[in-house]
Parts: sequence; structure tokens; C-alpha cells
Amino acid sequence: MLRLEPRGRQSTAMIYASPVIAVALTLITGIVIFAAIGVDPVTALVTFFVEPLGTPYGLAELAVKASPLVLIGTGLALGFRANVWNIGAEGQFTLGAIAGGGLGLLFPESESPLVLPAMILAGIAGGMAWAAIPAWLKTRFNANEILTSLMLTYVAQYLLGYLVHGPWRSPEGYNFPETRMFSAAASLPVLVEGTRLNVGAVVALVVVAVGWLVLARALVGFQLRVVGLAPRAARFAGFDGTRLVWLAMLIGGGLAGLAGLFEVAGPIGQLIPAISPGYGFTAIIVAFMGRLHPVGVLLAGLLLALSYLGGEAAQISLGMPSAVTGIFQGVLLFYLLGCDVLILYRPRLRREAPA
Amino acid sequence: MSGEAGWLVAVVLSVVGAATPLLLAATGELVAERSGVLNLGVEGMMLVGAVAAFAAASTTGSDTLGILAGAAAGAAMALVFAVLALSLLANQVATGLAITIFGVGLSALAGSGFVGIALEPLPGLAVPGLSDLPVVGRLLFGQDVLVYLSLAMVGAVAYFLGRTRLGLILRAVGDSHDAAHAIGYPVVAIRYAATAFGGLMSGLAGAYMSLAYTPMWAENMTAGRGWIALALVVFATWRPWRLLAGAYLFGGITILQLHAQGAGIAVPSQVMSMLPYLATIAVLVVISRDRAKIRSSAPASIGKAFHPAG
Amino acid sequence: MGAALLELRAIAKAFPGCQANDGVDLNVRAGEIHALLGENGAGKSTLVKIIYGVLAPDSGEIRWEGRGVRITGPAHARRLGIGMVFQHFSIFEALTVVENVALGIDWRGRLDDLRRRLTEVSGAYGLPLSPDAVVHGLSVGERQRIEVVRCLLQEPRLLIMDEPTSVLTPQEAEALFATLRHVAAEGCAILYISHKLAEIRALCERATVMRQGKVVAECDPRRESSKRLAALMLGDEPREPHRQRTPQAGPPRLAVESLSLAAEERDGVALAEVCLRVGGGEILGIAGIAGNGQGELMAALSGEVRSPAAETIAIDGVAVGRLGPGARRALGAAFIPEERYGHAAVPALTLAENALLSAHRRRALVRHGLIAMARTRAFAEAIIRRFDVRGGGAEAEARNLSGGNLQKFVVGRELVQEPGVLVAAQPTWGIDAGAAMTVHQALLDLADAGAAIVVISQDLDEIFAICDSIAVLAAGRLSPPVPVREASIEAIGLTMGGPTKAAAE
Repeated sequence: MLRLEPRGRQSTAMIYASPVIAVALTLITGIVIFAAIGVDPVTALVTFFVEPLGTPYGLAELAVKASPLVLIGTGLALGFRANVWNIGAEGQFTLGAIAGGGLGLLFPESESPLVLPAMILAGIAGGMAWAAIPAWLKTRFNANEILTSLMLTYVAQYLLGYLVHGPWRSPEGYNFPETRMFSAAASLPVLVEGTRLNVGAVVALVVVAVGWLVLARALVGFQLRVVGLAPRAARFAGFDGTRLVWLAMLIGGGLAGLAGLFEVAGPIGQLIPAISPGYGFTAIIVAFMGRLHPVGVLLAGLLLALSYLGGEAAQISLGMPSAVTGIFQGVLLFYLLGCDVLILYRPRLRREAPA
Repeated sequence: MSGEAGWLVAVVLSVVGAATPLLLAATGELVAERSGVLNLGVEGMMLVGAVAAFAAASTTGSDTLGILAGAAAGAAMALVFAVLALSLLANQVATGLAITIFGVGLSALAGSGFVGIALEPLPGLAVPGLSDLPVVGRLLFGQDVLVYLSLAMVGAVAYFLGRTRLGLILRAVGDSHDAAHAIGYPVVAIRYAATAFGGLMSGLAGAYMSLAYTPMWAENMTAGRGWIALALVVFATWRPWRLLAGAYLFGGITILQLHAQGAGIAVPSQVMSMLPYLATIAVLVVISRDRAKIRSSAPASIGKAFHPAG
Repeated sequence: MGAALLELRAIAKAFPGCQANDGVDLNVRAGEIHALLGENGAGKSTLVKIIYGVLAPDSGEIRWEGRGVRITGPAHARRLGIGMVFQHFSIFEALTVVENVALGIDWRGRLDDLRRRLTEVSGAYGLPLSPDAVVHGLSVGERQRIEVVRCLLQEPRLLIMDEPTSVLTPQEAEALFATLRHVAAEGCAILYISHKLAEIRALCERATVMRQGKVVAECDPRRESSKRLAALMLGDEPREPHRQRTPQAGPPRLAVESLSLAAEERDGVALAEVCLRVGGGEILGIAGIAGNGQGELMAALSGEVRSPAAETIAIDGVAVGRLGPGARRALGAAFIPEERYGHAAVPALTLAENALLSAHRRRALVRHGLIAMARTRAFAEAIIRRFDVRGGGAEAEARNLSGGNLQKFVVGRELVQEPGVLVAAQPTWGIDAGAAMTVHQALLDLADAGAAIVVISQDLDEIFAICDSIAVLAAGRLSPPVPVREASIEAIGLTMGGPTKAAAE
């Protein structure tokens, strides 16, 4: 019978090995899934993981898809460390897009260089405002932030739907539910000709660096860690738990809102009902995969962005349904959660004691 | 039947339809949570149950097989959760989310071949004589089997938890898993069973969605009902009979927003669609405000990993 | 006495990092009251968990009624006739008394029948209980009765009691002893685990003494002096910490004026009109059984819970009632909470990081919002050196240290900051004698340097050893302090047994 024996301390080897094992297991599972739906596994894996990286455009797309995951994931990682479970990043992403994008739509003729920065600030503010609601409900009323932030995701989605179907619908759009395209002044400039790479990728890297610094060196990062590991010790140290909950939620919300703004002012170019293939939820996986550490989030974000690209490539080249992406992501997270047990426990075979 | 009575019956029937999946899923999750397990994967388990039920029913032509398939699929997903969270001691919140994400993807993949197919909805009961009574007939005696099951399960769970030895043990495990283990009760096994039951009920809820509520399959067709079911358990302070009231209340709100449109209330449809979610938030706030009440009602060991000391 | 009932031969059990039992022999006869004596960490609890089937020994033999057995679990132990009352009760707060008992004995019959038997047995042995009371409203003494009755209902041949009086008043303890003598007279053996010498001498006829996982002696405690038993238990003659006491004159450095605070937790204790004044160079001991408001008092003094009015608590004359821990530390106060895992220190963090918890302001360890890593490490290393903390350097994780070493670090962290006012709760709980001596000496030295110290402790010996005056905290009320030389254990014991928060018996 397999038993788990506590190691007594964390196994450093396993901290690094377990994600590797998880990825390997996912690949194996992927082979099985592909075989089961009648696709040649090797072709499928190559299409999924290698093909998207073959061209400069592909690499740029990787950055484009990874940026929102890394931005949101870093914010969530900090929050999760503080035991604040912001599950509504998807909704905060949407509100960032609405707030920032809405500002851009207000000035369709403007060519001022201030429009874009203003939109960025509005996007951050929108995400923060949406995250402030669960923060307030948690600190004031003790309401569980998992459920409140999640409910607000659906509300945000309906709000976006209402706006693009109604008051913000483009008069030149033939009645499609979409807004006008953003003007040049309200769009993110492309960094490399022929790709969709924009400043969002750079900002994501900066956020990772800042996040790393905050977690490793800043008092505030330390406070977030302590409040998540031992709330009584945080009180003992005089750290204000309420303030830290707000901080955790607002950081997550602000970064998610920023990611939302980048997505609509960048690749999408306008507001439409579906602006996210679930970035806010995938970012949760990214945060866990990255072990709640900004650098890990970066690596995990790249890996999962690859899974999005791979899914698209598989759809086009192999005719596979889009859902295969979600399956891969879910399986990866399962294996990761499972393998993480090896960090603190050692598997042992125990013979049954004869009665 | 007169037009008015007919309209009323239709409304009540649609409330029943909206409430039943919530009730089924929430009842299952209530049992899991009473044993100390927080399974956030309800949405994923419902979807997997929905697609499994639809697939089985449309390929075999048997509704019964569809229902069984839905239940089994939900239970299977729940077992994946159990292995990760109970045996491998993974974080329960993360694991539950993973189940949801995976369930959404898996159900979409598995259901891709079934989009657009139409099925006959689950037949209502046909009790000779009774079902034909005006008004009451369809309401009380003409529902489909899952509706009756949902109501019966509430009673069964209430009896089980309050009056049986096993139910007492389960409640004890939820109150203090260390104490239960010290006495010698198989904490992990009990939680496995409770979790599996939760999954089975979520699977049935999904089956209801795809076989009775809107007899078809569409990606993500549960649209967040799994999350509302989770909120319902808190709303009911973990008591089965209150769950019944809550589910019907929420079902009522969902229907209200549909009919308000029809009644010419000049509110955009999307705003009406927001109502159930906003209502859930409001309920959560009201319940959570009273810290003492939440503490004495909530199973004390909920969500905490169980580390048997040797 | 009766025939051999339980025999343990060469029992061994190891955990990562320590050998809890090392070749232990034990012999208990039927109808005997047998003590298992040793201080914290001697291996008594482990041994007893092995007897009750909660743990399996790594090696060794167990013989029950003359036959070799392998005890597979508590249910098996109960079937054999072994009952156990744990130190930390396996009790379900949200359930009723009868439900708790039903679970404890795996009752398969009707609950009404159990209700009846429960009332019979509890009455017969002098342990009154109300079957349908919900446990979370009961006092600790009443909860222990549930545990004892639960065992007695199964008609055990051996009843194991693990540190039963650590949570009882002296009067409740006497009542328990009467019950235990009654039980033994009926032929049931009792294995009585304790480190309280006077009790063991009063109650038990045989004693097995353990130290550091091994049996060091087997004797008749009635024939030995407390000093001899203590020597056996501790390894040598217990040392008295030395004291040169010159209390300073002047205004109190810590003053609490009529502190009343509602309870925060459901099962917390409200503080009522607590007053105390401690001058420089003085050590005040606050005695009391656990659960009488010690945690609440500590939280109020440290600032983790704010007082209703600012003037309620004053440090060196400054009203601090509305200030948090950080601000109080800035005025020169330091605090050592009772719980070192999760309150005084974060187990998953390194010692250097843990040093930040209370010292980041006073030791200027944070500049421009960033932590000065080198300075923090140096600070932690200074603590480690001065207090001989073993188990790794400043980068060792707190959870990897033994209890004693972590406690030395936690105490050292506060003392190195040279506070003017120190409040310490259970400063030597659960640590070995050597570490305890270090801590006591450090507290005495701090007092000699002019600080005002409050020691909240459940260990009367500790209070008598290092404190100048003693007050008793019972049900949230503090008795007026009395100089230690004038205090009597009898009077203190009676004060400790003040009204409990549950309904009168």
C-alpha cells in the first residue's frame, strides 16, 4: 500500500523537479488523448508545441499571448501568497478593458499622445475598482472573496455585452455587437513590423522584475507572505491585515485591468463581447505553476501561452476542437498539484501489518 | 385551463426547472462540505455530467442510461479531485479550480460531436388520473424523475445527517478530522465517499440541464450555475431544508429576469441576467456578517488538509 | 496486587529528527495505579499512543494479559479493554455530549439507550453530565468528564490518563482522584501520565520514570521524596536560578487600569477590570489554568487587540491602549506570545526573516521600504550566538528547529532588543530543562537591567522560581498581586478555581 511519509523538511530537489515531472506526465497524457481521438501523437505534439515557435511571427504571438497571463499571474501570485483568493481576475480584466477602452472611444478624433497613457491609467483603475468590491465585502462583511469575485466576473461579462450591444455599438458596424475600432492615438503601437507584438510584453517583463523585488526585498512583500503563512504572526508583528487584503486584491485587479486594456487597445483593437479566452482563469493556473513566484509565473505563462498557440495550430492544421487547450491546461495543473506533494512527503510502500 | 392559470403554471414549472439543477448540485456539495471538503469543481462536474448524459442518451436513445452516465461522470471527476486533494494533500481551492477548468475543456471536447442535435426532453411522470388534474396535475404529478429525485434527496440527506450513525460520523469528521481520526474513524475514506456523492449529484444536475431543462448540448451550458450552487450551500448554513428554500428562491430570480423582459420592463436583458449573480453576493454578505453564526454553522475543518500523524 | 496486565518490552519508535522511545520496558498490574513520570519530551505521550494503537512501534513487544499482541488501532485497543483519556480531547465542539460519547465508543444502538447509560455511569462515578448539552459551551473540566465517562462505559481493564490535571483546578483534581481510586478498587488498572510530583506521590503506587526516550527508574513513589523523583526525572539535582533583586523605586513602567474587554472568539474569555502595575526591575507572575483569559490578556497588552480607551494601558507613562504592536514596540515594549509556531514565529520562514517580525522598526532593518538583508541576518546571528540556538544558522527555517531552540530564539529576539517592558506568556513551555534555565536567567538579567517584566504562566514552579510577586488570572479577572514570599499554594489554587464561564454545576 502506498503511503506518504513526511520528509520533515522541504526537498529542494523536488521543488525544481516536480514541475518538470508534471510537464512530462502531461505530454504523455497528451499522447494518449491524441491517440484516443485518432490523431497521430507525434504530429500532434509537434503541431502543438514546436510549430508555433518556428517563425518570428510565432514567437511574437507567444509574447502577445503570454503577456496577459504573466501580468495577471504575477498579481494573483502576490495575492495568493497572502491567502487572498482573487478568482475574479477575468472580470477585472474585462472592467479594465471597458474603462480604458471606453475612455479611448470618447476621443475618436484626438491625436494627442496623452490618450493612450490615460487609457492605461483608466484600465488599471477599472480593474482595481472591480477588485475593490470583493475586498470591501471581505474586510467589512467577512464575505468569502472566492465567491464574490467570481460572481462579479459574470456581471462584468454581461456589462460588456450590454455596452457593445447597446450604447457603445459602432454606428458603422452593420449592427454587429462591436464598438468602433480605436483610433491610432488610442491603439498600442506595434513594436516589430509584421507582428502584433506591443509594449504589453515589455510591461509584463517589468512587472515580473518589480514583483520579484517586492516579494524578495520589500517590506510589503514580506508582510503579504507572513499574513498568508501565519495570520496570527502577522498581527503579532503589527502588520495590518485589512490593509494587506486590500493591497492584495487591488494589485491583482490593477494588473488584470491593465492586461485587459492592453488586449483591447492592442491585438483586438476595439471592444467586442468576447475579449478573453479565459485569461483570468488560466492566470490562476499560471500563478500556481509558477509556484506563486514572479519568475516562475513568467515561465509558466510562456508555457501556457504556447498551449494556446498550439491549440489554435491544432485546430487549423489538424481540425481539432478548441477545447483541447483547456484540457491540456487542466491536466497540467492536476499533475502539478499531484507532484507537489513530493516536496513535503516521500512515497513509501508499506506492507500491511499482520493482525 | 384559463389563460391566467395556465400562465401561472408555466411560470411555476419554469421555476422548478431553474431550481432543480441548483438543488441537485448544492445538496451534493453540502454533504461534501459537511465532511470538511471544499470542492470548487462543481461547475466542471456539472458540465461533464451534462455532456455525458446527453451523449449517452442521444447515442443509445435511453434517458435512463443518460442519467446514469451523467451521475457516473460527475462522480468520476469528483474522484480525481479526491485523489489530488485528499490523498495527495493538494490545496483544495486550487484543485477544485483545476477540476472546473478541466471539466469545461473536457466537456467541450467530448461534446463537440453533439452540438446541434436535438433530444426529446425527459418525460414527466404520467400518473393516471392524478396528472390530469387541472393546475395541480402537471405541477405535482407531472414532473420528470430528476425533479422528484432532487426533492427526495433533500429529505434523505437531512435524515442521513441528523439521524443515522454514519451521518453523525460524517458530521464529526467535518467538525474535527483530528479528533475523528484519533477515535479511529476512517477520515479519508469518509471524505472520499462524501466527495464522490457530491460529484454524483453535480453530474445529475448537469444531466438535468442537458436532458430536461434545455434538451441539447452547448459548450459551457451551465453558465455559472455550479458557482451559484456553492453559494447556496453557504446561504443555507449547511442545512438541507434551507437549501431547498434557497434553490427555489434562486430559481425564482432567474425566471423573474426572463419574464420581466416579456412583461415589458424596460431594463436591458444583460442587466436582468446579472441579477442571480448579484443576488448571490447579497446573500453571501448577509450570511457572512454574523461571524459567530458562520463559525457555529460551518463545518470547522472545511478546506483544511488532513495530515494523519503516523 | 493483581497479575501482570500490560507488559512492554524494548519498545522503540523514531520520528524524523528524534528517537522518541528507546528500548522502553513497562509493567502494569491489574488494579494498580501506575505513574508514567517524565518531563515534556521524555517520550511518555509517544509510548502511550503506541499502547493505544495510534502509533505502531518500530520494534519491541507488547504483551496483554500474558499474550503477545500487535495493536492495530484504537478500536482494537478498546476491544482489548484499553481506554484512554487524552491530554488534548478528541471532542467535537458542534455536537452534543451524548453524540460525542456515541462517536467515541462507536455506539451502534439507539441513542436513547446510550443517554440512559451515560446518566447512570456518570452519576455512579461522581462525574455529572447533561447528555444533550452542546459541547462548545462546556468548561474544560466538564469536557474531560465526557472523556472519562466515555472510557468507563466500555468497562476497561486499563485506563490511560494523559496529563489529566493540567487543565483542572486543585479541587477538580481531587474529585478526579476520588473517581480514579474508585475505578482502581474495582480492578481496573490506571496508567497515569504526569510530571506533577505531588500528585503522583498522592495517587500512585508504582512509577516508571522516563527521560529522553529511555526508562531511567521504576519505583514506589510513596516511598520517594519529591526531590528524589525530580532528580530522576531531570537527571540531576534541579538548580535554583540565582537572583539579586533590587527593585527600582519610581513610577510603574507598565500600568493597566481597569481593563475590560469583550471576548473575540466564540469560546474566548472576557477580561474584567484587570489592573496591574509593574515597576522597573520587577517581575510579576500571572498564574492561572489555561483558558482563563491568558491569551486575551496577552493580546490586549501586546496591542494585537486594542483596548476601549487609550489610558487603559500605559507604557512608561504613555497611554497606548489604542496603539498597535508596532507603536508599543517603538516605546520600548516587547512581547513573547505563548504559541511559538504560527504566532511568535512563522515556521516556514528563516530565523532571519522571523527576526524581522518584531525588530524591523527598532533595529532599522527596513530602509525605503526594502529589507536590509545583511543587517537582518547579522541581527539574527547575534541572537543565535547569545542564546546558543542550535539547529542551523540565520538561514535555517524555524520549523526545523527543536521546540527548545526555537523558544530560545523567540525569547532572545525580544531580549536582544533590550526592552524596557516585557510580557512573556509560557516562556518555557514544552522545552527541555537546559533551555528553560537559559530563558529564566535571561529574564532575571533583564529585570536586573531595570526592565519591568510580566510572566504569564501555568507553571507555578516557574513563577515561584523567578517572580517577585504573583497574581492569579481566573475567568478573566486578576487577583491583587501578592509578594511571592507571602503567597501560599493553597490560596492560589483556590483562586484559580474561580467561577468558570459555563453554568454553575
